Amino acid sequence: MHELSIAMSIVELAEEEAERRGVLVKVVYLKLGALAGVVKEALLSCYEMACQGTPLQGSRLLVEDVSILIFCPSCRTQRPVSSVQLFCCSECGTPASEVVQGKELEVVALEIQECAPNPV
Amino acid sequence: MRPEPRLIEVRKNVLKQNDVVARTLRDRFRAAGVFVVSLVSSPGSGKTAFLEKTLTLLRKNYRVAALVGDLATENDALRLARSQAPVKQITTGSLCHLEAAMVQTALEEWDLNQLDFLFIENVGNLVCPSSYDLGEDLRLVLISVTEGEDKPLKYPTIFNSADVAVVSKVDLAAAVEFSWDTAYNNIQAVRPGMPVFRISAKTGEGLDEYLGFLAARLIELRQAAAV
Repeated sequence: MHELSIAMSIVELAEEEAERRGVLVKVVYLKLGALAGVVKEALLSCYEMACQGTPLQGSRLLVEDVSILIFCPSCRTQRPVSSVQLFCCSECGTPASEVVQGKELEVVALEIQECAPNPV
Repeated sequence: MRPEPRLIEVRKNVLKQNDVVARTLRDRFRAAGVFVVSLVSSPGSGKTAFLEKTLTLLRKNYRVAALVGDLATENDALRLARSQAPVKQITTGSLCHLEAAMVQTALEEWDLNQLDFLFIENVGNLVCPSSYDLGEDLRLVLISVTEGEDKPLKYPTIFNSADVAVVSKVDLAAAVEFSWDTAYNNIQAVRPGMPVFRISAKTGEGLDEYLGFLAARLIELRQAAAV
């Protein structure tokens, strides 16, 4: 269970970005690869915990699942794998170990709101 | 009135901090010419016995050392110290994996130029360590015959992130009706082309082949550095 420390890193990263720009974060968009070694459900529940007492409290984490793509040496192009338990080209069945997509653990965007100006 | 929410692009790797430290470590290892192997496995698969044997045998011809991660005890470091190689324990507290910064701290007082091989034994866990680069040259995943042949299919992420697999406790294979072919095929299914060694730390079976593999990798590393 390392999802809590991952969630805290996400919050920290978003917080830094928000502080730098002087904005509020409403939504954090995350790309999560099937090979990132992170369980989405656990991450989502940890995220709420990690946000508590930070400027991110009340924000949402939106996770986009990223599937695994390998480079197939026979097709000479990127292809999906048969399954996470079978690293073969889903088209021609050639075993392939060169992963070109699926390890992502990346904050791609933030939905932000400018801080309301102080009432005069 | 509050301004409307809008979207801004960020594109930042969540584990960037770890990756930056891992890169620094890798540069340091490269400069010192030390070959670094990290070990991952489930608890109880024989990582420490395997590493103790590795250190004892390699020490005859090479300068070796080890870092060992554990949640709470220093038992593993005490066991490994019997090999007479320098060993340092990293106690992680409740953390289920090692991170690059912990390795960096543990190595602060070590002169890496005095080493040929450095081994890093991760916390017993087949899930969490897969996400964290430690700057190693080789990630070795260990499974024992007593765990069953389907471990690679249950934990494909860590097997896929590894460079070499070792099947340990092969002296017990017959007793637990372990099928080598099934295990081998399962490993190849999740990581096609990965070298697999079958060893017994108890009887010494298969260790020569595995140590020969490490020695060849060290030569490769140093030749590449000399070019």
